Amino acid sequence: MEKVTKIVVMAKQVPDTRNVGKDAMTPEGTVNRAALAAIFNPEDLNALEMALQMKDRIGNATVYVLTMGPQRAADVIREAMFRGADGGYLLSGKEFAGSDTLATSYALSCALRKINPDIIVAGRQAIDGDTAQVGPQVAEKLNLPQVTYAEELIDIKDGEVTIKRRLERGSETVVAPLPAVITVNSSAKECRPRNAKRVMKFKYALATSEMAAAEDKTKAFIEERPYLHIVEFSAQDVNPDPEQLGMSGSPTKVKKIENVVFQAKEAKSLTAEDKDIEALMQELIASHTLG
Amino acid sequence: MANFYLDNKDLQYHLSHPLMKRIIELKERNFADANVYDYAPQDAEDALDSYRRVLEIVGDVCGEVIAPNAEGVDHEGPRVVNDHVEYASGTVRNLEALNEAGLGGMTLPRRFDGLNMPVTCFAMANEMVARADTGFENIWGLQDCAETINEFATEEIKQRYLPRVSAGETCAMDLTEPDAGSDLGAVMLKASWDEEAGVWRLNGCKRFITNGDGDISLVLARTEDGTKDARGLSMLIYDKRDGGVIVRRIENKLGIKGSPTCELVFNNAPAVLVGDRKMGLIKYVMSLMNAARLGIAAQSTGLSEAAYREALKYAEEREQFGKPIIQFAAVAEMLKNMEAKTLASRALLYETARFVDIYKQLNHISHERSLESEERQEMKFYNRLADGFTPIAKMFASEWANEVAYDSLQIHGGSGYMKDYACERLFRDARILNIYEGTTQLQVVAAINHVTKGTYLEQMLRYEEGERSEATAPLGAQLVELRKRYEAVVERVEALDKEAQGYKDFHARRLVEIAGYILISHIMLRQATEQEADYLNPTKIFVKYAARKIQEAVSYIEASDISDVELFKA
Ligand SMILES: Cc1cc2nc3c(=O)[nH]c(=O)nc-3n(C[C@H](O)[C@H](O)[C@@H](O)COP(=O)(O)OP(=O)(O)OC[C@H]3O[C@@H](n4cnc5c(N)ncnc54)[C@H](O)[C@@H]3O)c2cc1C
Ligand SMILES: Cc1cc2nc3c(=O)[nH]c(=O)nc-3n(C[C@H](O)[C@H](O)[C@H](O)COP(=O)(O)OP(=O)(O)OC[C@H]3O[C@@H](n4cnc5c(N)ncnc54)[C@H](O)[C@@H]3O)c2cc1C
Repeated sequence: MEKVTKIVVMAKQVPDTRNVGKDAMTPEGTVNRAALAAIFNPEDLNALEMALQMKDRIGNATVYVLTMGPQRAADVIREAMFRGADGGYLLSGKEFAGSDTLATSYALSCALRKINPDIIVAGRQAIDGDTAQVGPQVAEKLNLPQVTYAEELIDIKDGEVTIKRRLERGSETVVAPLPAVITVNSSAKECRPRNAKRVMKFKYALATSEMAAAEDKTKAFIEERPYLHIVEFSAQDVNPDPEQLGMSGSPTKVKKIENVVFQAKEAKSLTAEDKDIEALMQELIASHTLG
Repeated sequence: MANFYLDNKDLQYHLSHPLMKRIIELKERNFADANVYDYAPQDAEDALDSYRRVLEIVGDVCGEVIAPNAEGVDHEGPRVVNDHVEYASGTVRNLEALNEAGLGGMTLPRRFDGLNMPVTCFAMANEMVARADTGFENIWGLQDCAETINEFATEEIKQRYLPRVSAGETCAMDLTEPDAGSDLGAVMLKASWDEEAGVWRLNGCKRFITNGDGDISLVLARTEDGTKDARGLSMLIYDKRDGGVIVRRIENKLGIKGSPTCELVFNNAPAVLVGDRKMGLIKYVMSLMNAARLGIAAQSTGLSEAAYREALKYAEEREQFGKPIIQFAAVAEMLKNMEAKTLASRALLYETARFVDIYKQLNHISHERSLESEERQEMKFYNRLADGFTPIAKMFASEWANEVAYDSLQIHGGSGYMKDYACERLFRDARILNIYEGTTQLQVVAAINHVTKGTYLEQMLRYEEGERSEATAPLGAQLVELRKRYEAVVERVEALDKEAQGYKDFHARRLVEIAGYILISHIMLRQATEQEADYLNPTKIFVKYAARKIQEAVSYIEASDISDVELFKA
């Protein structure tokens, strides 16, 4: 039998900063995670779609989602399974708390070494941390080629992937040898919807620690159906250097957070042409001011 | 992120109706599928949870894909290219999204890759799709043709066609011809047996066929040479892959512009027979039409929902005389009545759908094993209710959709008359609802028998037995009074009909409407008793409206003597 191509999508669960209400920030100026719905990072959905397209083309491939986060981040994996992923890995534990981008990409790369995928697909940027560094850092740590701002999968075969990248003015098409890390832009195709049969099939999927808390009946049910078991890695499982995890692995320290209230309004002049108005709308939507 | 299921509490309420338990029991037959299919439910709770989740997917696709495409589809419309239909680009995207979501074959058994969901849930899906784009609902909703194949075709035919519907292929229902509209017994499309090829051959033409270029078509045709009435008609399947049918043209219509209404020419097109010869119209098309009528009731409810929401939003935003127009009594009253009609339309739709589900499932089971006598009773009981309720559901929902769309446009004032607001499209789209699948007049023809046979009266009396709260008791008492008046006018009409033939026909619509208003009021009342906070006020408003309509009809009948038969004759 031919080798199965293993595609891993890195996905992050983020607070829904697009629908920010008045309770979004605590009085101390930090993000009030409890008040915001936890969602699939939007560009990671674009990444999932591209991974699924790769699978559609290759045929003999699997798509798994890797996420680092608290237990409830398993929701992201289930969501991906509803939309076409075969399963997922939840990387979870208190050792990871307080990670900056360096520690995050270190932890993720340890897990990826263990999983050993043929292709890694990530979103360009998370809407909470907003650094767009994790994908590229993972590529560096694993010493893999990276394709950023991916917009369209042109082809994937013979150990190579051909990708159209979005640039500031126009686009370019590049070929990368596999394995590689691809980070996907929001201009890429939107993710396919949940699929009815997949939702019915996977709705009871649980990660290891969730299972431990479940009723015996549920446990037995999942044990009979291995596809419902979401693999969970603790820190030890991925053989890290403990010093490089979480707080201790994060040189970035947030010193102070200030609420900035704009005093002077930035002025911008637009013509009354549809083109300009359209561009303004796009901008407001992109900055999550509208939509 | 619009989700047409999650933003609609009323729709969610209907999924939680107690009869759903029985429907699931019948649909799942001891949950035997759980051992065979990884997506089959383990128990009733599991099944209901799956229904909810699937409807949430439908709601998502409707809100995120179909609704945003609706305006473009209305402008672009389909076209004929090389004798075949090319959909508008938005229509193609809608179908793609629904197929990715795996929503084909919603009601079909799992052995045909279906989702094995009740008709009630399919109606909910149709309602949401219609709210997003009424014209598109026609194309997608036609998958209920597969239900007819499932009911009457042989296992071999089912195996051949049904999995394709589950995979997202579309259907069409080819009944109407230039000289056979309301009177389908006059269908002339000829089917002749081709001994050599071992297939039937179709020749002739069909008119006004929605999605006429669909993948799988159910065709009503004359297999019995020399006959002229319904008894010479059979039902056949034409498979587009075989070729032999061309689309001569697509009609240029007032509304539902995205839905291709085709004129078809059959030229020796091969076809396979479904069920028995000569039963085409009498049995199969009747069943098909009943399902389709429920579909139009769902489509109409979805349109009312959309039109009401558009009006509400506009009335809150638009200011005149220094305040939002919703604060003017005249506008507020219109909105309240629109809301009441929308809720009532939905209440009647799902009451009917539940009756249909129970009847249909028992009927399916009866082909697998003989029913216990209790089950036979149950089947008969629900069959009668389904038959009685389907025409009034289609009639009320489609007439109200027109009224709600009309008022929605009115609330938009001059802007509503412009192409800039959705209410204009909804107004045009609504106009077909009380015409196809049997005009309102033809629904009355079907429903009047249930006035005479007492189906409606019996059901009113059953509803009267229902529980009442302190708040709903007075309305209950009012409905008892109205029922007595209904009995009195039915008696009067039947007596006078004996003196002057045609008298009952003359008052048929009025009688059916009175019955309908009382029945729907009862369903609303039950909801208000169960969930006062959500339903008491709309129910009060609806009963006021119904009482006025009943009053009007009763007065008319009471003041009418047999001379009216002559007076109104052409
Ligand atoms: C107020 C504030 C300030 C911060 N400032 C800094 C700072 O200055 N420097 C710094 O290094 N960190 C900082 N952080 C922390 C940092 O932003 C995130 O916590 C870090 O974990 C991930 O970076 P990101 O969210 O920017 O992800 P990005 O780099 O934007 O994410 C890119 C992609 O990487 C993948 N990915 C990211 N995180 C995960 C995950 N947990 N699991 C799976 N895939 C993932 C996804 O595919 C995602 O689309 C700050 C946090 C806060 C709240
Ligand atoms: C957009 C559109 C889509 C359609 N899609 C399909 C389709 O997919 N498949 C299909 O087979 N057909 C389809 N039709 C046809 C549709 O079902 C018929 O138009 C409808 O049944 C009415 O038939 P008719 O147009 O011939 O009107 P007629 O039957 O000529 O009716 C004209 C008028 O006479 C009244 N009338 C007729 N008979 C009676 C009676 N006995 N008692 C009282 N009043 C009566 C009617 O109520 C109506 O007001 C479609 C039509 C349209 C416009």
